[in-house]
Amino acid sequence: MDGENGMSEGKGVWVFSDVYDLTLEMLGKGRELADKLQTDLSAIMIGSTVQEKANELLKYGADKVYLVENPALVSVQIEPYLSVLSNLVANYKPEIMLIGSTKNGKPLAARLASRLEVGCVPDCTRLNIDEQGRLVGERITYGGNAVARIALKMKPQIATVPARAFEKPQPKEHNGQLVKLDVKADMPKTEIVETKPLETSSVKIEDAEVIVSCGRGLKKKEDKILLDELSVVLHGQVGSSRPLAEDRKWFNEWVGLSGHKVRPKLYIACGISGVIQHVAGIRDSKVIVAINKDEQAPIFEAADYGVVGDLYQILPALKEAIKKQLQ
Amino acid sequence: MWNETFNILVVDLFRRRVFGSESDLRRIVVCLKQAVDVSQLKVDPATRQLITASAPRKISDFDKNALEEAIKIKEKLGDTEICTVTMSSEEAKAVLREALAMGADKAYLISDASFKDVDTSGTAYVLAQAIKKIGECSLVLCGETSLDSFSGLVGSRLAELLGLPQMSSVRKVSLEGDVVTVERTLEDSIEIVRAKMPCLVSVTREINQPRIPSLMMIMKASKKEIVTWTAADLGVEKDKLRSKIEILEVLAPKTERKKIRITGESVQEVADKLAKALIQEGVVGR
Repeated sequence: MDGENGMSEGKGVWVFSDVYDLTLEMLGKGRELADKLQTDLSAIMIGSTVQEKANELLKYGADKVYLVENPALVSVQIEPYLSVLSNLVANYKPEIMLIGSTKNGKPLAARLASRLEVGCVPDCTRLNIDEQGRLVGERITYGGNAVARIALKMKPQIATVPARAFEKPQPKEHNGQLVKLDVKADMPKTEIVETKPLETSSVKIEDAEVIVSCGRGLKKKEDKILLDELSVVLHGQVGSSRPLAEDRKWFNEWVGLSGHKVRPKLYIACGISGVIQHVAGIRDSKVIVAINKDEQAPIFEAADYGVVGDLYQILPALKEAIKKQLQ
Repeated sequence: MWNETFNILVVDLFRRRVFGSESDLRRIVVCLKQAVDVSQLKVDPATRQLITASAPRKISDFDKNALEEAIKIKEKLGDTEICTVTMSSEEAKAVLREALAMGADKAYLISDASFKDVDTSGTAYVLAQAIKKIGECSLVLCGETSLDSFSGLVGSRLAELLGLPQMSSVRKVSLEGDVVTVERTLEDSIEIVRAKMPCLVSVTREINQPRIPSLMMIMKASKKEIVTWTAADLGVEKDKLRSKIEILEVLAPKTERKKIRITGESVQEVADKLAKALIQEGVVGR
């Protein structure tokens, strides 16, 4: 599986994630890649009781679902999961492996690549097959200043995929097969002592179709109500840029490359200057609106609609205008 | 082979003299990357190429957090030797000087012309060789990812090559006896995890606020030695440096936005126009 002729071996596109929705999103993209290569698409499902979910995956375009069920696999830990994945790869030799770029998935992908002595392209927001039949991943790099296109030279070609980079496919009838496997899992070298919920808002900003987001142009924490009111009318959610969260602590999380990457239908940036890291986190939004007092603010270069003005005046007026025009 | 054995013996003897006995030893290795300061990066607008050659460089933020954490552990528990390792060209000595000024005890620069085009797999391999040569250690600390390439692969690859238990996305670390307990931030939860040392921990920026070294510390650090090792010193096999990926292009992203300015006589007019545009785009109302 390594060496110069490594590209000749391996068949099939595989997807694996410890997050179910991400598995579905990767199945959508994986189907496209598999069709281009005229090969099969398979999903890997690992866990303690996951057969029902595994069956469901067959409706999302998987030709095969490899199911490894074992009580020891109830929570994601490196050694057991890695041993199962490397065992499957050794037996079935896929040519492409898409792994969900979650907090647990990414180290798994990197270690699998290391164990197999192959490459790994992390956090791909676009994936394609080049003329030589190689997987090419696109990723944001240099703090949002650049997009790198990277090809993989050896099989399996491993790429990790962040949540919401690709659309979830519509479920439909598809002739697929569930393959149950009994694979021995290594003992974990770490011990999970406790798991507790993260102290964030209960709704996920990545799920919002409309995001009204504020930056340093917001003078007081209480003024957030202006954004709340507009977001209610738009059935959206309120977000913030990094300084309001990390420096001022008005929010628990932020939108941007180092925070949440979002791709809503509509992103309204209010009083956000638009540093490259923030722009990189919103670049896949359908429509971007910028409202800023400073007409030189870089956010205007990244926006479809720009308004130079005071958010304290524009936001209430915009709320009323939308309400009126929607009636 | 004999040389290697000899080295291990010497290191071992040295350790026993410095730390009294083996069990007192706590060595922490911190991996540092000299990264491009992305906030000062310029782009050639005509070609969309990044002008990286002249861009200022610094210790990658996340790695600085890792070093700060090592120093905090040393301050709390004593009897700790902090070794910093960086794989780069000679100019990275500045990074190691800063690390020494912050409070690292030793600095190793791994530099060789053959390292020029290595990817994360080659980097992890060379770092693993260096860490093995430094000698037995309790903890390897890394940044979760790097400021410039933002790949976040090297720490995991390193753990695999060294066969160490690994804990990533860590925002809190505590040591007790030979056990490390950490707090990991996952997507929806916090996980408290522990492992026996030696192990590898990669940290997020949340974990601490790195110190700024005092003038005194900077002066003191300027007298400390920076050890330079080459590929030959580490017994690097050239084969393992071969890149497993091919970078096709790195270009500034195209902006494909409409960039329409909405203006008007009054706030009311501007708001009306914007509302109309958004409704026409089909992104408002259901």
